[in-house]
Amino acid sequence: MASVVYNGTVPTPSLTGFTMPVTAAMGAFFGLIAGQSTGLGALLGIVVGAIAGAAIAFVLVTMVSYKVGRWSAIGVIGIIGLLTGGTIGLVVGLIAGALLGWCAYWLHLGGYRKSLPPYATSGQVLWHNTFKFICGLIFFFLIAPIITIIPLSFNAQDFFTFTPEMLALDPAGYSLKHYQDFFTNDDWLRPMKNSLIIAPFATIISVSLGTLAAIGLSQSHVPFRRGIMAILISPMIVPLIISATGMFFFYSQMGLWMEDNFGISKSLSGYIKVILAHAALGIPFVIITVTATLVGFDNSLTRAAANMGATPTVTFFRVQMPLILPGVISGALFAFITSFDEVVVVLFVGAAAQKTLPWQMFTGLREQISPTILAVATILVIFSIILLATVEVLRRRSERLRGMSPT
Amino acid sequence: MKLTTTLLATSALTLAGSAAFSEAHMADTMTIVSWGGAYSASQQGAYHDPYVANTGITVVNDESSGEAVAKLRAMNEAGNITWDLVDVEAADGIRLCDEGLAIEIDHDTMLAAAPDGTSASDDFGSSIVSDCFIPQIVFSTTVGYRTDMVGDTPPTDICAIFDLETYPGKRALAKKPLANVEWALLCDGVAKDDIYDVLATPEGQDQAFAKLDTIKAETIWWSAGAETPQLLADGEVVMGSTFNGRLFSAIAEQNQPIGMLWDAQMLDFDGWIVPAGLPEERLARVMDYLMFATDTQRLADQAKYISYGPARASSAPLVGNHGELGIPMAEHMPTDPANSTNVFVTNYEFWADYRDDLDAKFQSWLAQ
Repeated sequence: MASVVYNGTVPTPSLTGFTMPVTAAMGAFFGLIAGQSTGLGALLGIVVGAIAGAAIAFVLVTMVSYKVGRWSAIGVIGIIGLLTGGTIGLVVGLIAGALLGWCAYWLHLGGYRKSLPPYATSGQVLWHNTFKFICGLIFFFLIAPIITIIPLSFNAQDFFTFTPEMLALDPAGYSLKHYQDFFTNDDWLRPMKNSLIIAPFATIISVSLGTLAAIGLSQSHVPFRRGIMAILISPMIVPLIISATGMFFFYSQMGLWMEDNFGISKSLSGYIKVILAHAALGIPFVIITVTATLVGFDNSLTRAAANMGATPTVTFFRVQMPLILPGVISGALFAFITSFDEVVVVLFVGAAAQKTLPWQMFTGLREQISPTILAVATILVIFSIILLATVEVLRRRSERLRGMSPT
Repeated sequence: MKLTTTLLATSALTLAGSAAFSEAHMADTMTIVSWGGAYSASQQGAYHDPYVANTGITVVNDESSGEAVAKLRAMNEAGNITWDLVDVEAADGIRLCDEGLAIEIDHDTMLAAAPDGTSASDDFGSSIVSDCFIPQIVFSTTVGYRTDMVGDTPPTDICAIFDLETYPGKRALAKKPLANVEWALLCDGVAKDDIYDVLATPEGQDQAFAKLDTIKAETIWWSAGAETPQLLADGEVVMGSTFNGRLFSAIAEQNQPIGMLWDAQMLDFDGWIVPAGLPEERLARVMDYLMFATDTQRLADQAKYISYGPARASSAPLVGNHGELGIPMAEHMPTDPANSTNVFVTNYEFWADYRDDLDAKFQSWLAQ
């Protein structure tokens, strides 16, 4: 694709026949939203928005330069928003102005054809841009619910509600009290601690057993490979509630047995039970990711190592492991998140002393809809982003060091 | 035992002594199961914190009362009882007692007498609905409404729920028949005293569902008590039923534009049960705790944190002011004379007999 990008000048499209109507349609859309939310009525909003859109396109394209045009569109619409809708109107107006100004120039200067070869037909250009728009929408619907919780977690009230003060961007409508509650309330700190104990141990067990299982199952001489594989990944396929019910009875007996025979405390046996249950849930993820990595592993390397006198253990740690490490790490990440997010099994297997963060969030949602849950959710979202970004950076770095090109 | 009882009733300080004396025979951690949220917080403030200060034990809170019956059955089958004390509604207390999952209590010897010497069973009175049940509070299911969505005529009686003309908009009602069917019959012209007789007949049940049909399209069904205050705060419903303590919290502590009705409030009890099959040391600890936590002063203290009425008659005069807001709490109790002019006391015998039947009917009605 890159070789056929068209870099010449695009013929300027018709102002009245193309740029103005399309910008007007976009203006009508913003007008519809503004009209609905300010109470002026949808129809009035559409008409005013369409006229404003057309006017902006005309003025920007015919009278002013690009830079002046973009900034003046932002300024003018922003002021209109401020006058009709207060602070929140200003914000919406600034965004609408930026988008309308961008749209007018993008259409007029032919930006919509920039990445397409010159021989593309109008239909192909339309489809190309519609496709990009659909991709944007999918992205929006995936991410919007997660974004919504972030401002709500700064709510000054104890409800999941965008209050009028919040919508007017009044500082009095916002507060950090739910974050303060999270970091000072023992009801939240203890579950946090439990989650940070249980998840890493469960991950270590899943990764060790899962990696060994994957390596074993990738050997061609192992009998009943498919059957064993199916059993090992069954925790991922069987409905969680069924695994959880079975685990409850199984681990209850096991816990009692451990307490009677080893004299360990009820609290410690509780942790062991939850960790083992979570490890069983995490193993399928490790097996699947490691098996996928092993497909690309060249078995002549192990034969070469054996030829030079390395024992299988040395071969594993010095040759095989470094090469399949990316698969192991992503499997570990999945196992960690599985344990960190898990609520059903821990509700059955765990006692109150092993209450994890998702459990506390679950009871919090049911018994008291407190925005502290949103504060925790925001922290977890940020934590997940940092975790994934770190792993990705490390992976790329190791690939660069080993001279492999990042894919 | 008699000696300990007297000592405990006189002052909490002696408890520290007696507890230290018998420490060797008692477990040093307790798992207490309750409802979570503001309710657990009130128990923490009134019962757990002072008890922990006296004895130095660890109290672990589990917020699983919602599934107490199912979990206790499972624990019993697995032979692994991890709970020491469970907070349940009266109806669940009766069920657990009938199934042998809770131990029977001799209220007079195991609980403290009132300060004036009245025996515990007389002091608790009719709130002892089962031999296993140790009452704590009286609560009621009642209706709250948005003050800015009802115009100039805020509702004053329960039938406002069914009045779509005067109060248009969505309502929130519990996703279970309890309270809903009683209110439906009451607002369909059945006399209050006859309601449970009528409900016992299939025609009466049909009549109640027919009345509920009139508002079905406008109703949001809730399953957790926290939902109605949230829906009211959002302005998504004009009125909704929930527990009176939730409404008090939304109105007085959160300053939401919400008003509440006391008309035809459904009174119910909440209290402790002790699971059957506890080892001796843990049972001794639970009994020691119960002696302390259900005495007259402790029950009155709980009302500092939440607007539920103490189950002991002798606690009522001791109810003081709200712990943070400083407003007198007595007038927010469901048992206050001004609030209890028209009260429904939930008929446990009726619900014990008809609950499964009506639950099934209600769920299939919802699905229609």
